[in-house]
Amino acid sequence: MGLTHISVGYVPLLDSAVLIAAQEMGFAETEGLALSLTRETSWANIRDRVAIGHFDVAHMLAPMPLSVNLGLAPLDVPMVAPMALGLGGNAVTVSEALWSAMKEHGVPEGVDAAAAGAALKRVIERRTATGQPPLRFGVVHPESGHNYELRYWLAASGIDPVREVEIVIVPPPFLPDALGAGRIDGYCVGEPFNSVAVARGGGRIVTTKSAIWRSSPEKVLGTRAQWAERYPEQLSALIRAVTRAARWCGDPANHDMLAGILAREDRLGIGAPVLTRALSGRLDLGGGETFLVPEFFIPFERAANFPWISHALWFYAQMVRWGQVTHSAENVARVTATYRPDIYRAALAGQGVPVPAANAKVEGALTEPTPLGAMTGTLILGPDGFFDGTQFDPDAIDNYIAAQASGVAA
Amino acid sequence: MPHELSILVVDDNRIRASIIEDGLREAGHVNVVVITEVNEVAARIGEIAPDVVIIDLENPNRDMLEHFFALSRALQRPIAMFVDKSDIGSMEAAVDAGVSAYVVDGLRKERIKPILDMAISRFRAFSRLRDELAAAKSELEDRKTIEKAKGILMKTRGLSEDEAYTLLRRTAMNQNRRVVEIAQSLITAAGLLEP
Repeated sequence: MGLTHISVGYVPLLDSAVLIAAQEMGFAETEGLALSLTRETSWANIRDRVAIGHFDVAHMLAPMPLSVNLGLAPLDVPMVAPMALGLGGNAVTVSEALWSAMKEHGVPEGVDAAAAGAALKRVIERRTATGQPPLRFGVVHPESGHNYELRYWLAASGIDPVREVEIVIVPPPFLPDALGAGRIDGYCVGEPFNSVAVARGGGRIVTTKSAIWRSSPEKVLGTRAQWAERYPEQLSALIRAVTRAARWCGDPANHDMLAGILAREDRLGIGAPVLTRALSGRLDLGGGETFLVPEFFIPFERAANFPWISHALWFYAQMVRWGQVTHSAENVARVTATYRPDIYRAALAGQGVPVPAANAKVEGALTEPTPLGAMTGTLILGPDGFFDGTQFDPDAIDNYIAAQASGVAA
Repeated sequence: MPHELSILVVDDNRIRASIIEDGLREAGHVNVVVITEVNEVAARIGEIAPDVVIIDLENPNRDMLEHFFALSRALQRPIAMFVDKSDIGSMEAAVDAGVSAYVVDGLRKERIKPILDMAISRFRAFSRLRDELAAAKSELEDRKTIEKAKGILMKTRGLSEDEAYTLLRRTAMNQNRRVVEIAQSLITAAGLLEP
């Protein structure tokens, strides 16, 4: 029997692992699919090539399908996100010079977001007082989890991300070089490009996405709404294959093999030992010793593949907060319709994979791992808190947006 | 008479950039700026104030450029459209050719279309040229490999040049492989057998 071909675009980052493993480990074939994977150099190319049909689906920044549907992208092709590709996986890395300055202001070893933010605030105050130029941070895309979590962390630490620092866009593989050359003072990016800077020397990881917002979404499977409608069975089969691949990727017993696959020159082209750091959560923060960051990158557990509407709405709230879109009921409706938990749930019905029964949750409500009612079996969710202790209730999005606009914690 | 369009070409491939530039000048556009070093874009985009930006798709800095355009939109320089939001056909042709274009919002389509069409056709011509060069180069390599294999056969089995080639070709046909592959295998094997 012939396999059905699906073309898949990805950017060479650690969380493309679930798509690569779906093909390489035979999960796609079991579902009657053959994935042709194409590595891309920019998120803009991913978006455009999905839009014109070069790719059926792609590894996408979680806010990207939202920004397309909200009219922020230079084309009008409705997109949907029927599944997420994992939680966490990003970190904030700073230059040795900035790290030294933060140490003078008492930053402890580790990845504590509040402590690192407090030290950074004091560094910035001193720089301002002595007339030095603002610090410059790199992120990979304006509509990315990286941009929003960096800004959230800065703002919640009392630093104005608009006036007190400069945020520039740099492609992920160029960030360690830009840091090394002194063009930027720090950046927020997905692995392996934090560990790459550490391994080369000259970079220091100061906090992680998982510390800023525990169990937070990073990439999604993005596709044209039209493709999802036209080929529902292919999409369901793909969701099943990628879900099983995600479970495989999350099993520590498979990390060495996975790192070997991803290390290949035609995939990420980065040495396996550096990739293993993020897979295992055993990071070298820059001091040469291993520091365990539990839940650093979660490809499958904790409903990591479920496209929560509350995640989409939180990203939207950040787009409003930083002036990318204006808040309206119509925009909320567009955002809500972009993430498609219904498609995910239908694809996995009867597959023995626990799937949440709700479409949204209050982000930050769970302070410890909590068993949840699921369609099949038991599902452990959370903890999912923001480091500053605020909560995001998607039903009270108006209040949240208003509170963020006034600079008061929501 | 509409004002002269200011056109910015961002391409780290100097040869291709100059092919595009020539095309634009031939078409009567005099305000053409080429930037091959992408870090320059940030510093110069304000001064250039382009109406049209042409960039190659292999350039990982597209995300950075789009961000500049978004910023300049905030500064009342409304760049950032892919020809026409609804014009998937043009976009497809452009992406296929490996180029993308951004134009100032509100510019009339008939002024932009010829520019994009020219960029697309020159990008295609460039790719063709590159493919042909690569093919020519690999053909030359193949011929060298076959010559070397023939030499080994002539020396070790005392064959004439024609006989050596016939043997290689017959083996290739029997194994349903290319002559150059058989030649390569022979060279590798001979290398292993050397004292």
